[in-house]
Amino acid sequence: MEKTILTLEHIRRLNVDTYELVLSGDTSAMERPGQFVNLELPELFLRRPVSVANWTEDGLLLLVRAVGVGTARLTAAEPGTRFDTLVGLGNGFDPEERGREPVLIGGGIGLAPLYALARRMTGLGLTPMVALGFRTGADAFYLEEFAALGCSLFLATEDGSLGTKGFVTDCVRAHIPQADYAFACGPTPMLRSVAGLTQLAGGQFSLEARMGCGFGACMGCTIETAGGPKRVCRDGPVFRKEELKW
Amino acid sequence: MVDLRVELAGTTLKNPVIPASGTFGYGWEFAELYDLNVLGSFSFKGTTGAPRVGNPLPRIAETPAGMLNAVGLQNPGVDAVIAEELPHIARIFQGPLIANVGGFSLEEYAENCRKLTACPQTAILEVNISCPNVHCGGKNFGSDPTGAAAVTRAVRAVTDKPVFMKLSPNVADIAEIARACADAGADGLCLINTLLGMRIDLKTRRPVLANRTGGLSGPAVFPVALRMVWDVFEAVNLPIIGCGGVSSAEDVCEMMLAGASAVEVGAANLKDPFACRTIAANLPAACRRLGVTKISELTGGAHR
Repeated sequence: MEKTILTLEHIRRLNVDTYELVLSGDTSAMERPGQFVNLELPELFLRRPVSVANWTEDGLLLLVRAVGVGTARLTAAEPGTRFDTLVGLGNGFDPEERGREPVLIGGGIGLAPLYALARRMTGLGLTPMVALGFRTGADAFYLEEFAALGCSLFLATEDGSLGTKGFVTDCVRAHIPQADYAFACGPTPMLRSVAGLTQLAGGQFSLEARMGCGFGACMGCTIETAGGPKRVCRDGPVFRKEELKW
Repeated sequence: MVDLRVELAGTTLKNPVIPASGTFGYGWEFAELYDLNVLGSFSFKGTTGAPRVGNPLPRIAETPAGMLNAVGLQNPGVDAVIAEELPHIARIFQGPLIANVGGFSLEEYAENCRKLTACPQTAILEVNISCPNVHCGGKNFGSDPTGAAAVTRAVRAVTDKPVFMKLSPNVADIAEIARACADAGADGLCLINTLLGMRIDLKTRRPVLANRTGGLSGPAVFPVALRMVWDVFEAVNLPIIGCGGVSSAEDVCEMMLAGASAVEVGAANLKDPFACRTIAANLPAACRRLGVTKISELTGGAHR
């Protein structure tokens, strides 16, 4: 973990409430896809944890959905804004452990760390399958970016306006029966359904939680796992399928 | 050269800055970031007899200038702390250590304190009779003078280490509780623990915290803590560790002028993991601006 200043370079609106932010600064503490940053925002006491969607030596990509006061403030920031940030938090995904036919399964804004993972996997010479779920076609974003990596893309929307009608798990069952390992991030009900897919021998699940510190000090985000109490921020946010109690 | 040393019931600290229990774990996460030996002491995570998982999530909510927590004394239990955490702490912090002790009965408080007294690393026992987030324990003892005195006596009987009682602000008259602890043999007092509070989510119309209520900390509580330190300094002749919303070297000086001999820093550690180191580093300059060469001279200075 590194405490550093990041500067907002670009911000781009992707749909009604989702934004792409590019920040510059020291990213040397980033080790794995699935790690997150914790940004200090003016007038807010707690930092805001945000998953990293990609990084280079001197830049970070964040995908942010404006849902609350913190994310609204973050996505309203002007280029040039500086953020005091904790970088390189959490354990992240381990792309080395991936079964025979891995699939990346994302729900809504949960696709953010999967994009970083997809980039790392293509760097390893792999082109993972990617299944993404959204409420409607209008909520979809980052499809071209995944496609540009060469990933086969499978889509589901709850209203059927794009891809399979239903949940992303319906789409995986119907169209990717060969997938035997999941890297998943999204709302808890979605993760629970993914964990219930009988075709999967294993998987890595990125969880979300309200956090105090984001680096393991306050025990504010502890969950019970098969291996005892674990902090989502420090021991996670990525947990193995067999660790999680639903 | 400013002399930053302070004394707490016979124990000398190199400076008055102490990370508060529950905001610093057992020090590991912070020791990866800086040398903990720049700190006067540190108060480790509240330790109970049996392991505790704590409360359901969410346990954290934001407030104006602060936060609510309802962690609920998550800890691995006193035996695991002694077997696993203390040896690790010995490698990362060699100064005097404050052992924060919780409990749900007089017997449990006494037993936990007896076990931690046997550890040479323990410099001071800080007895938490004020956790707002457990439903059948701590806070009941801390909310009336009889209960506070009973825990103090039970602990006093099993230890020769300095006993500091950590007091709750959720009482009508904190000075009365302080006097009861002093009369029962406490060597010092730590105040305040968090203030009971809550938030409601407008979307769900339900309390944000699964525990419904939580303890308020952060800059929002600083003036309340300061006033209580002032009141207790007037009421008893015991060293006080001032705690509540301290975020800067100036806050440390203000807390000491109100009557504190040393100061605990809590929520600030969670926002800025380097907070305690920064505060300690800024103390000499803050003292010089006040024209003080010995920081201990500030204690109670506003009462004179």
